[in-house]
Parts: sequence; structure tokens; C-alpha cells
Amino acid sequence: MESVPWDGELASQLKAQFGEAIVECASYRDQNFIVAKPETAIALLEYLKLEADFTYLVDLTAAHYPKRVEAPFDVVYIIYSFARNERLRVKIRIAESYRPATAAFIHSTANWLEREAFDMFGIQFDGHPDLRRILMPDEWSGHPLRKDYGITQMDQRWVKENLGIESGQ
Amino acid sequence: MAQTFLDSSELVLNMGPQHPSTHGVLRVILKLDGEKITGTDCVIGYLHRGVEKIAENRTYPMFAPYVDRMDYVASISNGLGYCLAIEKLMNIEATPRANAVRVILTEINRIASHLLWLGTHALDIGAITPLFYTMREREEALKIFENYCGARLTTHAFRIGGLQYETYEGFEEQVKKFCDEFEPRVDEYETLLTGNRIWVNRLTGIGILTAGECKDYGVTGPMLRAAGVKWDLRKAQPYSGYDQYDFDIPTRENGDTFDRFIVRMQEMRQSVRIVRQAVANIPEGPIMAKAPKVIKPPMGEAYVSIEAPKGELGYYVVSDGTNQPYRLRVRPPSFINLQSLDKMAKGALIADVVAIIGTLDIVLGEVDR
Repeated sequence: MESVPWDGELASQLKAQFGEAIVECASYRDQNFIVAKPETAIALLEYLKLEADFTYLVDLTAAHYPKRVEAPFDVVYIIYSFARNERLRVKIRIAESYRPATAAFIHSTANWLEREAFDMFGIQFDGHPDLRRILMPDEWSGHPLRKDYGITQMDQRWVKENLGIESGQ
Repeated sequence: MAQTFLDSSELVLNMGPQHPSTHGVLRVILKLDGEKITGTDCVIGYLHRGVEKIAENRTYPMFAPYVDRMDYVASISNGLGYCLAIEKLMNIEATPRANAVRVILTEINRIASHLLWLGTHALDIGAITPLFYTMREREEALKIFENYCGARLTTHAFRIGGLQYETYEGFEEQVKKFCDEFEPRVDEYETLLTGNRIWVNRLTGIGILTAGECKDYGVTGPMLRAAGVKWDLRKAQPYSGYDQYDFDIPTRENGDTFDRFIVRMQEMRQSVRIVRQAVANIPEGPIMAKAPKVIKPPMGEAYVSIEAPKGELGYYVVSDGTNQPYRLRVRPPSFINLQSLDKMAKGALIADVVAIIGTLDIVLGEVDR
């Protein structure tokens, strides 16, 4: 990705506040994003909400990069500030066993969005008030949006028990 | 003895998934104290088709028809958002002519979506008549789509880079005729509902969400505007040439079900205004930008969102440089707005839940994806 460094006012403010914890401030196709250390994500979101008016969590999602052995998951927070009319992406790169802290106490939106990320990627959000599957059935095994989960793959046992058929295919 | 006889205890009531006023397959488990709701739990996913997984296994143009099947009431908006996201990644821009046609069709689709909402919402509350009228007008809107691209609901009207089809003969006239005939109809709906005492009493003060709560829950669209926030992506971050058109953002103060009704009614009038301006001045020129035959966005990622009838509809797309998306995430307004149901329903009566689900204007195809 040919992103260009982003050195706006906000970027320098964040770098001054969080120092080493901000890995990268960059911009691609005029969209600013921050890559942060996983343990700072929540403090960063809180700071952005209280000090920079980013009061609206637009979306929270994840992406799976199995080739990045050390940290195969991206957790992406997209936030927006009504006062600035500005959008920002905060990304953290985490290992499979890492449990990022929940953002549900800063933005209520995060509750269901984190449940979806857990459902689809198996990312366990630490401290989440109600971390259950949301779209897939509760007893389903596997996390469909991981790259090693095949497009036709399914939980055969669940299908057999609940639908009474050999295969959903 | 009498004391224990009168003691109330908590009760669980299951609503849906086969319930006519849950607009599809939404299941809500209500925790009740008498008739008062003390908690809710939404069970969703009955329509989950794994759209985001499918995207990773299709080429960019092949995936475009799938997005129509999320919010199937406003499929043109879905298609527009998708095309804009890929165009952003490819760094191409649709031609002025394509933009004008896109705006016309998207706004007519907004009207069609609001009409279906109005009819079913009124039906849920007990006003049966408006449904017949709104369906009649929606039919005229769908005929325009049908004439344009052959499909009425899952239209796949746009292509990455512009439009597949040139407008048909008589397109402008039909759109103008639709506008002229539709505008007085909104007054008719208003005479049926806006001043109707039963309607007003039934909706006022129900399902209140303040501006602060809306932002906290990520609630957007007419629900946010009904709480007094003058925010519309068409104005805040204009796309497809919306900045050329003169229109207002209707807002209200109280953020209750009645205010959302008023906001959506006024939005239909504003959409007519936009369509009139756009159709009066469709620029000449090509309908497709210079887009490569094979859509292969360079490595990178982007988030693009539009103001869909339900709220902010966003696409977060990660490209790895191949002809298939590496990761495609849809930010569905219905899903995120639905989360606020719990907040709105607590303390309300069972009958109000029906009004609150109606006012959310959810489409389960988009909630579950």
C-alpha cells in the first residue's frame, strides 16, 4: 500500500500524547489511519472521544492475515467526529491468543460489533459485557470469516442435529 | 395472603421470528414485569448468508449483485455505496452524466424505501389505509427502475465506474411525471396521519433517543435527525455530485417515534426536490468513466459511506491487488440502529415495542447479511 505519512495537527498531538504506542500515522486515498499498539487502543479511543470530539464509533471490524504469523488479526475501529466532520481509522495488529480490551464502555455501539467480530473471527474481547455469537447459531463451531475457513465449509454436526440432514450443501 | 396473591413476577415473552410486525425474521425475547418491559434480547441471524465471505470469493464486478440483496428495499443505495467504494480504491470517478442518473435513481429509491416503511409502520400501529396508497406510489417508482434496468427490487443498476445502461427513451418525462404526481400524495398521507389524534397519541413520547444516545449507539439517518442533529452525509461529505443540488436536512427536536415519522415524511419531499433538479439538467457525455476491463484495485484499503435511507451505509474494502476483495466489510445501518432497541424499549409497554421496531425501519436482510 503506497500510503503517505499523515502529519496533521491531530497526528502530532496523538504522537506527543502516546509516544511509542502510535506505530504509524498515515493516509491512503485521503483517508487517515493510525496503527497503534494493541494495549493502547482503548486509551486512544477514549482520548480521541474526550479530547478530539470523535464521539461516534462508525464501525468496528477485523481482518485475518494468516501470512502475518506473529500478529494475524487486524482489529479496525472507524471513528467519526461530528464537530470536525472527520473520519479516522484506528488499527491494531494482534496475535491469535491476544484478547483486546472491549470498547463497549466508551462507545455503546461496540457491544454488538464486538460480538460480531467474535462470531466471525473468534477474537475474544476482554471485559465485554455479553460476548456471545450474534449472527451464527450459539452452538456453531468455527469462525467463518477466518481465511482458513472454506467457503462451503460448515459445522456438519450442527447441521445434522438441528436440521436433520446430512449436509447443507 | 392477599399480598402474595398480588405479587408480580418477571415473565418472558417470545416475539418472532414469525411475527408480522417484526418486518421479517427478527426475534425479540422480552423480559416483562406485568406489561412493562424490563429487558430485551434480539436474536438475529436467521437470514445470515455470509455476504462478506462470499465477497472474498468473487471478483469485484461479480459481487455487485449480492449487495442488492442486503437492504432489498433500497438496493440502489447499496449498489451506489459499493460502486463508490471500489471507485475510491481504483481512484476513478464516475462521469457527470452517470452521477446525475445515479442521484435520480437513488433518491427515487429513497422515496420507495420510505413509502414501504410508512405503509408497514402505519399498519403495525393499526392504520390500515396508508399501506394501499403507499404501495400504489411505490409501484410507480419501481416501474422507473424496471424500465431502466429490467429489475424492480434487486436492481444492480450501477457499475463500477458509472452505468451499464444509457437512460431509456422517455426517462426524463417519466421521472418528472412521477415527481409531479407524487408530491401531492405526500400531503394526502399527512392528512391521513399527521393530524390524526390516534396516530399522534400513539407515537408521541414513544422510543425516545436523545442526540447523545444516538451518537453513543451509532444510530444514524432519520433517527439521528429526529433527535435534532443536522447531519446527513449527502451534505457533510458529499458524493456523486450531491453538492450541486439545493435541499434541506429536515430535523426535529424530541427524538421520539412521532418526530421520526415527520422527518421521514419531509425527507420524501426533499428527495423530490433533488430529483427535480437533477432530471432538469442531466449532462451529456459518456456514462462510463475510463475503467479498466478487469477491475484490479491496487493494494490498499478504504472506507466509503453514503447516506442510505436507513442511515450511514459503509463499505470497508481491503484490496490485495488481485481481482477479488481480500476483505469486504459492510457497515449496515439497520444492524447498528437495531442495537438501540433495548435502550428504547426498556420501560415501555409491549404494544409500544411494535411501534419502536417500526420506527427503526430495519430490513432483516441487511441486519443479518
